[in-house]
Amino acid sequence: MLAAAKMIHSLFLVNASGDIFLEKHWKSVVSRSVCDYFFEALERATEPENVPPVIPTPHHFLINVLRHRIYFVAVIQSEVPPLFVIEFLHRVVDTFQDYFGVCSEAAIKDNVVVVYELLEEMLDNGFPLATESNILKELIKPPTILRTVVNTITGSTNVGEQLPTGQLSVVPWRRTGVKYTNNEAYFDVVEEIDAIIDKSGSTITAEIQGVIDACVKLTGMPDLTLSFMNPRLLDDVSFHPCVRFKRWEAERILSFIPPDGNFRLLSYHVSSQNLVAIPVYVKHNISFREGSSQGRFELTLGPKQTMGKAVESVLVSSQLPRGVLNANLSPSQGTYTFDPVTKLLSWDVGKINPQKLPSLKGSVSLQTGASKPDENPTINIQFKIQQLAISGLKVNRLDMYGEKYKPFKGIKYMTKAGKFQVRT
Amino acid sequence: MRAPPALSASAPRNGSRDSVSGALRRSASSSSTAAAAAEMSASSAFIDEKGGSASEPEYGHDPASGGIFSTDYKRHDDLKEMLDSNKDSLKLEAMKRIVAMIARGKNASDLFPAVVKNVACKNIEVKKLVYVYLVRYAEEQQDLALLSISTFQRGLKDPNQLIRASALRVLSSIRVTIIVPIMMLAIKEAASDMSPYVRKTAAHAIPKLHSLDPEQKDQLIEVIEKLLADKTTLVAGSVVMAFEEVCPDRIDLIHKNYRKLCNLLIDVEEWGQVVIINMLTRYARTQFLNPNINESLLEESSEKAFYASDDEEDEDKKAEAATLAKRKPYVMDPDHRLLLRNTKPLLQSRNAAVVMAVAQLYFHLAPKAEVGIIAKALVRLMRSHSEVQYVVLQNVATMTIKRRGMFEPYLKSFYIRSTDPTQIKILKLEVLTNLANETNISTILREFQTYIKSMDKDFVAASIQAIGRCATNIGEVRDTCLNGLVQLLSNRDELVVAESVVVIKKLLQMQPEQHSDIIKHMAKLIDNIQVPMARASILWLIGEYCEHVPKIAPDVLRNMAKTFTNEEDIVKLQIINLAAKLYLTNSKQTKLLTQYVLNLAKYDQNYDIRDRARFIRQLIVPTDKSGALSKYAKKLFLALKPAPVLQSTFKDRDHFQLGSLSHLLNAKAAGYQELPDWPESVPDPSVRNVEIPDWSKCTSRKDRKEKKTEKPFYSDSEGESGPTESADSESDSGSGSESASASDESGSGSESEESREETESEDEEEDEEKEKKRKKRLDKTKAKKPAEESAESEQSSGTEDRKRGRKAVKNQKSASESESESESSESEDESEEESEEESESDTDIRKKKTPISKQPPKQSKKESKKERQEMSLLDLDDFEPAPASAPVTPVNFLSSSLVSDLEGLSLTNNILAPTTIAPSGSIKMYELLHRITVHQQHQLRDQKPAHRGAQAAVWDEDPRVHRDRRVSSR
Repeated sequence: MLAAAKMIHSLFLVNASGDIFLEKHWKSVVSRSVCDYFFEALERATEPENVPPVIPTPHHFLINVLRHRIYFVAVIQSEVPPLFVIEFLHRVVDTFQDYFGVCSEAAIKDNVVVVYELLEEMLDNGFPLATESNILKELIKPPTILRTVVNTITGSTNVGEQLPTGQLSVVPWRRTGVKYTNNEAYFDVVEEIDAIIDKSGSTITAEIQGVIDACVKLTGMPDLTLSFMNPRLLDDVSFHPCVRFKRWEAERILSFIPPDGNFRLLSYHVSSQNLVAIPVYVKHNISFREGSSQGRFELTLGPKQTMGKAVESVLVSSQLPRGVLNANLSPSQGTYTFDPVTKLLSWDVGKINPQKLPSLKGSVSLQTGASKPDENPTINIQFKIQQLAISGLKVNRLDMYGEKYKPFKGIKYMTKAGKFQVRT
Repeated sequence: MRAPPALSASAPRNGSRDSVSGALRRSASSSSTAAAAAEMSASSAFIDEKGGSASEPEYGHDPASGGIFSTDYKRHDDLKEMLDSNKDSLKLEAMKRIVAMIARGKNASDLFPAVVKNVACKNIEVKKLVYVYLVRYAEEQQDLALLSISTFQRGLKDPNQLIRASALRVLSSIRVTIIVPIMMLAIKEAASDMSPYVRKTAAHAIPKLHSLDPEQKDQLIEVIEKLLADKTTLVAGSVVMAFEEVCPDRIDLIHKNYRKLCNLLIDVEEWGQVVIINMLTRYARTQFLNPNINESLLEESSEKAFYASDDEEDEDKKAEAATLAKRKPYVMDPDHRLLLRNTKPLLQSRNAAVVMAVAQLYFHLAPKAEVGIIAKALVRLMRSHSEVQYVVLQNVATMTIKRRGMFEPYLKSFYIRSTDPTQIKILKLEVLTNLANETNISTILREFQTYIKSMDKDFVAASIQAIGRCATNIGEVRDTCLNGLVQLLSNRDELVVAESVVVIKKLLQMQPEQHSDIIKHMAKLIDNIQVPMARASILWLIGEYCEHVPKIAPDVLRNMAKTFTNEEDIVKLQIINLAAKLYLTNSKQTKLLTQYVLNLAKYDQNYDIRDRARFIRQLIVPTDKSGALSKYAKKLFLALKPAPVLQSTFKDRDHFQLGSLSHLLNAKAAGYQELPDWPESVPDPSVRNVEIPDWSKCTSRKDRKEKKTEKPFYSDSEGESGPTESADSESDSGSGSESASASDESGSGSESEESREETESEDEEEDEEKEKKRKKRLDKTKAKKPAEESAESEQSSGTEDRKRGRKAVKNQKSASESESESESSESEDESEEESEEESESDTDIRKKKTPISKQPPKQSKKESKKERQEMSLLDLDDFEPAPASAPVTPVNFLSSSLVSDLEGLSLTNNILAPTTIAPSGSIKMYELLHRITVHQQHQLRDQKPAHRGAQAAVWDEDPRVHRDRRVSSR
């Protein structure tokens, strides 16, 4: 018997309506009929996200991820850590997004050759080869409108003329010979609050997840150091491979040679042990009476612990019980929609004005004959607060070594709602 | 058109189902290839093809893609023309269209001759696309593929390393058996190429060749051995991958490279890290001793207690532990420590696969006290995509069964949101249930209470089962849970009611006397519940406990007899069961009914039911012929049945390596490498010694402080071992300075977070220490060590003696380890033939060594100080009375606050009947708690209302202390 070939054998892309629209094989061809098992699982799943990520079939295993309403189905033949495949598939999606702006069926079809070239470079014999976007961009130039036009006229190519020198370097994530006229480095500190608030308004659990996304356009080989005013806040961190772990351990300083362009420098977690400020509160009164086909629905939002900043882009959504027929509500500001099929209520509030709190009041009608619903809906809230990192994290300074010029530096803070739920 | 051989070759392997659709697909593609030729531009005319159905309309006919070629339907003639032209742009256009066809899964194999000609094309993009085509179709067109080989052979000699690499990559990807010798040669040459990038490609080519021709295995292993010795990070991941695929059992090839791999690890690319870590986990399991050898027994028994299951087994364990009088002290191999230390920073990787790999390594290899650090990283992964969450939760679920304490601080991270996908919700529920214990049960139950109101009914059902499991595992809340579940019986959703009935049935089996009112209540429900499983459960309950509900039971049977013919099979069987039991206990009232039911069953369509009816009639109705058995009918039917044990489905899954596909599926996947058991005795550690640790050069960043704190872990005789030691420490600090070992953590305490954890676990350790002691001693006697040694250690009781004993052991060990090289590094060098080549750097090292070897004495002083401290700690325990007689305050499981919590806890807003809250109950109840360990029963008996308050207060201070003391006292 042949030694089982490891890692990723084939990849199928399946769209929302269940059609395979792209296939790629890194070894012998696997018939696409293997996807029938996937389609079976898809049918069985009540929701698109309930398809099991790993599906065993008699001769293969299908590992799939769902992103942008496309299933990326990898076929493997033997033991391989499932996370290895899942993580790789997500990396593929990220790369497509990076290249085409969006990762949609249309974009992939329009750029099928680039997609194929990318997939060819990313895996060799099913084992990941080049997944770093900087290296890939050196090998295969991302399509731009201008380049597409030029290419059709002159017949020149998308494929980089140079060879992938990045793969040979000690800093494989950075291209060599980068040049900019304006040297700039921007860092966005974005924090998300995950919280579950119970009926009475007290916090059951709240955590802050933060990331520092960077956009670095600097000439040459800059060596950057980023330090925080209060690094102790960071309970758990994960780094881009460029960050020198030792300096962080010893001095709590981020020291790195940045990749060129956009990248995620750091993600961190502020533990639930620290008290998390909850920037909004919800007053709710949702009640259904026994025997009546009407229910009362009242929501009021208000700011709380916002450190004086405005709460913006507020969006409230709630899945109402199945028995609800329609909702007749009036918002004091913004607009609301109710989808009678999915029973999804969403209210686009906009900005919260502390003087005049936004509210949504009215009645919901139940299906005639339907009994009072057992369950109460959960309220999901999204919001943004500019210029505030809710954990209080502050960047102290950014220094550059290794290059002579003076870069322009910028830091932005933002707080967003992550999975922010209020139980009623 | 030609049917692609690859398809026909692969189809049979995929089973009949695959081959049928494979054939379908072939016909589909052959009918559509002609149409495909009509497409003008590859990108605009991209076509969907639905899983092999030929009925799909072709967009190729649409006018936008028609153009000038629309008239030409034959065999891609246009494409061939374009490929034959002199213009690169035309060739490129053609190749793009061909690649688009391949992407869609259409057959383009008849273009092979036209395409292969362009393999030497100057245009890079054309060339690349030709490669794509070649790799896809070469297997089907072997003869023609040979035409391209010479181009690649030329490429292999190119001065540019990247061209060499790419030539090798394509050459090895062409699955044509004839070129195996050429590939072999190319791989061998590339393996000694100057460029690490080419060597990396060679490593990638090895599995390809191996799967093409397994006969080459021996030669390939030679290449792997050579590449394993490579010192660049670029190669490391790829060659270990090749190793895993070609010869995963040749663990001996790793020895010499072990330390190097550990030290390179942090700089290897992330995918390589995963492969290396997984391989090293297996390696470590064969080469080092179990760090938990002294705790493993203890820990298991303590776990058992919480699950309140097999007491006998428990007793056995206890006895065993007691008889294990002395064990030799466990000393971790420095190489084992090296691995743990060098993988730790990777927990901070952004790559979930790497984090998981490190987590499983710690789970399988680290001493119990250190495993905790992985929890935080795993909890972080829960923020990632839902597929990642899914896999991580599966692994966490397994870990929580073995080591619950680790995830207890993160309990709230597993709380469920209404927006989670159902499969994630159910996994989180599993984890929450596993984490439930006496202290947190009230919060968990309150959380479950909200889950039951969810709109997702599958999830509600799972929540009810989870409550059932909590109730069986934690006796104190059983009544509360039971009451909550009874409330649910009036829920409107039938599925909820049905699930509750099933769970209640299981719970009632544990203490039926108390709950005849519940059984009555359930008997009433049978009129309304339609779910077969629930009906069957109710009937079983009534039958089993018909003596508690003597009036209702016959009435239920009467009703069921009426509806018998319309019931589901599973219900019918239970009706027969009920009839039989009633006949035995109350034949006066039910004789006729039973006969009626049995008669109905006799003519049932289902043979199982007919069979059962016949069997039961023979057994219970006394006739002349009836055998001896009918005398025992009552005993047979109404025997005391053990209550079901509600177990996690994740129990014992950890015999699969965590993070693996096999673990996820709970079934062995092809190519899964078993995680070996720890060896009984230490394999020779000197096999890993390398005379020239080249990588030590890059270890200038070493940290003195670290070194000091590290030392006590190894041995106090390190000073004597000289050069070995220095080599070791160098390698340690290679990347070690960034990772704090356990000793570091406790020592420095700089991080409040970590030090807190440490202190928490200290309590545990203290108690375990005692147990350890006993086993250690036993270990010594058991160990096949020289007699003098064991004698010495047995005599030892005081600090000094003990220390000497330890030292002796270590001296011996280190002597065997280091003698060969420490006394004269030359002697070993001579023995190694390779050393001649590298003699230059050799002398280098020797120069280095001399100053370093002067240091140890100083350090050893400090170490000995440390050691003494440690010893005194240990000895404190020694002087304590035997654990069995240790003062153990009978611990009350229920704190007063918990009681009040529980009081408030019910699944509706109604107030519970007070009788159901008090676990004190009557004495009778204890007899029925088969599944509760002896110990817990003691606890329950000890529990007197008067003591409650005081004990509860102690309990509140630190529950862990008590739990552990309780364990050790047994």
